[in-house]
Amino acid sequence: MTDQAYNFAYLDEQTKRMIRRAILKGVAIPGYQVPFASREMPMPYGWGTGGVQVSAACLTPSDTFKVIDQGADDTTNAVSIRKFFERTAQVATTEHTAEATVIQTRHRIPEAPLGEDQILVYQVPIPEPLRFLEPRETETRKMHSLEEYGLMHVKLYEDIARHGHIATSYAYPVKVEGRYVMDPSPIPKFDNPKLEMAAIQLFGAGREQRIYAIPPYTRVVSLDFEDHPFDPSKADHPCDLCGADHTYLDEVIVDDAGGRMFVCSDTDYCAGRQAAGHRGRLSEEDAA
Amino acid sequence: MYVAVKGGERAIDNAHAWLAEERRGDTAVAELTVAQIREQMSLAVNRVMAEGSLYDPDLAALAIKQSRGDLIEAIFLIRAYRTTLPRIGHAEPVDTGAMACDRRISATFKDVPGGQVLGPTFDYTHRLLDFALEAEGLDPRAETAAPQEGEMPRVTEYLDRDGLIQAEEHSDEAPPDMTRQPMEYPAGRPLRLQALTRGDEGFVLSMAYSTQRGYGRNHPFVGELRIGRVSVEMDIPELGFAVDIGEVTLTECETVNQFTGSRTEPAQFTRGYGLVFGQTERKAISMALVDRALRWEELGEDSEGAPAQDEEFVLAHADNIQATGFLEHIKLPHYVDFQSELELVRKLRREAAQSDMKEAAE
Repeated sequence: MTDQAYNFAYLDEQTKRMIRRAILKGVAIPGYQVPFASREMPMPYGWGTGGVQVSAACLTPSDTFKVIDQGADDTTNAVSIRKFFERTAQVATTEHTAEATVIQTRHRIPEAPLGEDQILVYQVPIPEPLRFLEPRETETRKMHSLEEYGLMHVKLYEDIARHGHIATSYAYPVKVEGRYVMDPSPIPKFDNPKLEMAAIQLFGAGREQRIYAIPPYTRVVSLDFEDHPFDPSKADHPCDLCGADHTYLDEVIVDDAGGRMFVCSDTDYCAGRQAAGHRGRLSEEDAA
Repeated sequence: MYVAVKGGERAIDNAHAWLAEERRGDTAVAELTVAQIREQMSLAVNRVMAEGSLYDPDLAALAIKQSRGDLIEAIFLIRAYRTTLPRIGHAEPVDTGAMACDRRISATFKDVPGGQVLGPTFDYTHRLLDFALEAEGLDPRAETAAPQEGEMPRVTEYLDRDGLIQAEEHSDEAPPDMTRQPMEYPAGRPLRLQALTRGDEGFVLSMAYSTQRGYGRNHPFVGELRIGRVSVEMDIPELGFAVDIGEVTLTECETVNQFTGSRTEPAQFTRGYGLVFGQTERKAISMALVDRALRWEELGEDSEGAPAQDEEFVLAHADNIQATGFLEHIKLPHYVDFQSELELVRKLRREAAQSDMKEAAE
């Protein structure tokens, strides 16, 4: 079968319409998990099928598409998803955050602030923030509808009692517009403050058949306690390549003696800073 | 100087090329044809059709060839293809009572109208490796006889007639379609049966086995197991009547299970039901046992809290394509989340060490 045998962006129009309806409902009820009839995609469940379906429903031929995984454009699964849409939708792709109109991400929010003309699509493995406290969907849906989030606060409290800190460092739960507790997908909690932004944020969980959304400029509060306020911590280093001290860093083991370096996880942001002349501890000296 | 790893795209292309070479294996050995797989690996083809939810032996055989014999991978290929197919409509319910049976056995009656027909079964083979198969060019022929005349009525109908078995409610309502709407719990029996028939054979088998070992026991007897061809009819609106559009091979299993009864209701046997594409009797029997276990509420029993009685547990974990995808996704990079955990653990350890030092000093 040739590529032409598939519709624009792979999914047929009826399916896209069904997904768009779910997205609209999600935007109308920020943070609410909308069930949708997720399709089997030609990539495995758990590898971004929810995000891919949401992207497919959002993309138009004039869009410019960017895909990141762990902040980077060149990780294998990001490459694979970008190729999929290059092939099935022939859309322009980019690695530059500012140039993209639709950005599909796994585990990160780009460092550069996003604008009103951009859509950020998250890949979500487990959309239910209460899942590891209560495995039953029938129960968690009830808890959401009754706004019964005591269990989550007890969990956070127990963390503090046991460890002295809230022991959740990624997929840190948030409350959206004062109503639904939501899983922001496994982004590091460092990214949580960025969830209040100008762009539309759409979350797709393919295997779990859920879509949810944060409309632009929506209030998103990370759960905490007055005496244990939310702390979006990160590695206490500047980037060794661009010198940035305000970005999320990857730790890389560089030699057999266990030597470490820290680099921006957002590769496009780091490259942009280096191009603008910023230097870090391990930057090569300019040839000039 | 550290250089960020680049070249994911070339790595992927190279991996695919290597995979294609491995799939072919030694080129000095003749290549398998799709037809050979379809004809000689037919039970694998049946499993792929059943769990792929698409009745097409040629495509299933192609998927097995492409997947190097990894059946879950083959099922995945079929599912991903199936989801792109337009939905023209749906067939009339098939009449398994009118099945042209290759095999039909009942464990509850010594003999039944239509007789016991063993058919092509492994059941009474001795599992001794047949080294004669190493040689090629064998042409095994079985003797044939004329097909039996007359009906082959379902065994449970005899129990039904006497009211000895719980009656199934008849409904002409179109069942929900789990491939077109999100699963919501409680799912109800039509959705449960859909999920079970495409569920992973190993999972459904183990769930069924667990009921036999006491985790939600329901005393099953194979009332009847039948395998054969049924015709598929579809209502054509332009014609105003249903026409035959083809034939599929199915395996159907009805179990007769432990009886229920109360002061108001006389004792009655209950049933479980399994229906699966192709010759797939292990799956069909397993499905019937799990179906029966999940019916505890409808039949007025108490749940023992056994896994096989838990609808959400069974249905949410029966699908091997969902399961394998999510399981294998942990191969993807997780260094961002891992980094945040690493920072946290370091911080907790630092603080613990500091408070130990303070205690020692005091």
